[in-house]
Amino acid sequence: MTKQDLPALNIADLQGLLRRREVSPREVIEALRARIEMVDGEIGAYLSLDIDAAAKEADKANVDLPLGGVPVAIKDIINVMGQLCSCASKILQGYRAAYDATVIRKLRAAGAIPFGKTNLDEFAMGSSTENSAVKLTRNPWDLSRVPGGSSGGSAAAVAADEAFGALGSDTGGSIRQPAALSGIVGFKPTYGRVSRFGLVAFASSLDQVGPLTKTVHDAALLMNAIAGDDSQDTTALNEPVPDYAATLGNDLHGVRLGLPKEYLVEGIDAQVKAAINAAVKQMNSLGAEIVEISLPATEYAIAVYYILATAEASANLARFDGVRYGYRAENPRDVLDLYGRTREEGFGPEVKRRIILGTYVLSSGYYDAYYLRAQKVRELIRRDFVNAFEKVDAIISPTSPVPAFKLGERVADPLQMYLADIFTIAANLAGICGISLPCGFAEVDGHRLPIGLQLLGKALDEARILQIAHAYEQSTDWHKARPPIAAAP
Amino acid sequence: MAKTSDLDVAYVARLARINLTEAEAKVFQKQLDGVLQYVEKLHQADISDVEAAAHALPSFNVFREDAQREWFTADQALSNAPRKANGLFIVPKVVE
Repeated sequence: MTKQDLPALNIADLQGLLRRREVSPREVIEALRARIEMVDGEIGAYLSLDIDAAAKEADKANVDLPLGGVPVAIKDIINVMGQLCSCASKILQGYRAAYDATVIRKLRAAGAIPFGKTNLDEFAMGSSTENSAVKLTRNPWDLSRVPGGSSGGSAAAVAADEAFGALGSDTGGSIRQPAALSGIVGFKPTYGRVSRFGLVAFASSLDQVGPLTKTVHDAALLMNAIAGDDSQDTTALNEPVPDYAATLGNDLHGVRLGLPKEYLVEGIDAQVKAAINAAVKQMNSLGAEIVEISLPATEYAIAVYYILATAEASANLARFDGVRYGYRAENPRDVLDLYGRTREEGFGPEVKRRIILGTYVLSSGYYDAYYLRAQKVRELIRRDFVNAFEKVDAIISPTSPVPAFKLGERVADPLQMYLADIFTIAANLAGICGISLPCGFAEVDGHRLPIGLQLLGKALDEARILQIAHAYEQSTDWHKARPPIAAAP
Repeated sequence: MAKTSDLDVAYVARLARINLTEAEAKVFQKQLDGVLQYVEKLHQADISDVEAAAHALPSFNVFREDAQREWFTADQALSNAPRKANGLFIVPKVVE
């Protein structure tokens, strides 16, 4: 293996080389830097990159630790001490984190090196990364298409071999959907499984940090490092963390997979549907029993989400007022002028829209009709899943109803963009865990576009979901396919 | 165009302390009317026997020892301030 082939490795294989001292952490950083210089001009995955800091950490890395010397890219909404954290918003341009998020502290304790901050929809609000106030990120499989979002920079970086693995955040599908559209693995843990301390808050009852990786095994390795209780986050769950990587390797005998009858209906791309049906057949042949289930309340999931998530966002984003950090409008007349112009000039359109909607649904006279009703329907959605998981171990569906769409195709119609999350949102509302992994390709306009399979599991059942995903993945070659940009000279 | 919801974008934007241009308010009004029309479907759900859920999973109070901890210094807290002096954030005058 030559140095320039290093970035194509997954985390597990890189770890092996590092541990056997066949390559040094400094050489790994150097190889990644070269790779990024080669392709990121086209992809646009990274917002900021401190190579010197990473190289210094590489020189001190203990390669015998679980992730010793492994660089991990970080969505630019997670605080890494001393580094920029812009949330892809003008309102946080130049903001430097004064502390490490808990997930970063834990990654460091496992020997990993936080490496580079990746692009996202502003404040994680979006499904295409086009809401970034900084730049576009392009899908490595077809540069005229979106990588998905909001963790689109993380997904594109991993898919284009500009990162071995990355962290993202998932509020309504923001890890799983870009993973699906970019042809990689994305894992959303149970709400509370991973600390949110140091993740800039969007919707606090829905947000969860998780990994984007090239393989299911790599997702398990990153979960081993970041999962667990945290005294800085009262919603972090005080539950033991199993060794997710060590429990992989079972086959699917005795596994019951639920196929929601509501999910394979209208609006799903024919090639996506065919790929999911083939995956179901494949898992059946590996020993899984397929059971039809019903999730009747999920038809309300998007409506519930866009009330609750915007309500929570309107409160969380009140902190961006131009006083303590971030952008401040010039020459304010008085304090109201300072707030009003700072937020006008600092936030992009989607963020403004959501703050306004969230403020409205919480406002006097409308609270019961929107917010309270949405919370109640959320409980119905949660009950559907509780009932379903009495009959099955995992629920199977497409991650996204369509493969990657064209840049610009949906920006003018927010509702159309919201509908991209139809299969992922319910898991956040119910607080359960889920994964997206590659299960085929759609042929569109001469390009191969990845298709993602979603598996949802009950709360705290991460180990089983990773096992099932791993068994399917290992029986296919989908995860080995690389985008055309990977072969660029 | 007929108004399809009670939402008055210009008014709510003032509540949210976001100045909007007239053009922006007009575009948002149309887009958010569409979203509010979509969420009307929630009225079809039968919620008669349901308690509101603020969180998906049961959550409890979590206590820690009431003891001094290492935390931000004043300098760190001020490190990203748009304007500061003498260890303080500088803001426009708020009292007469």
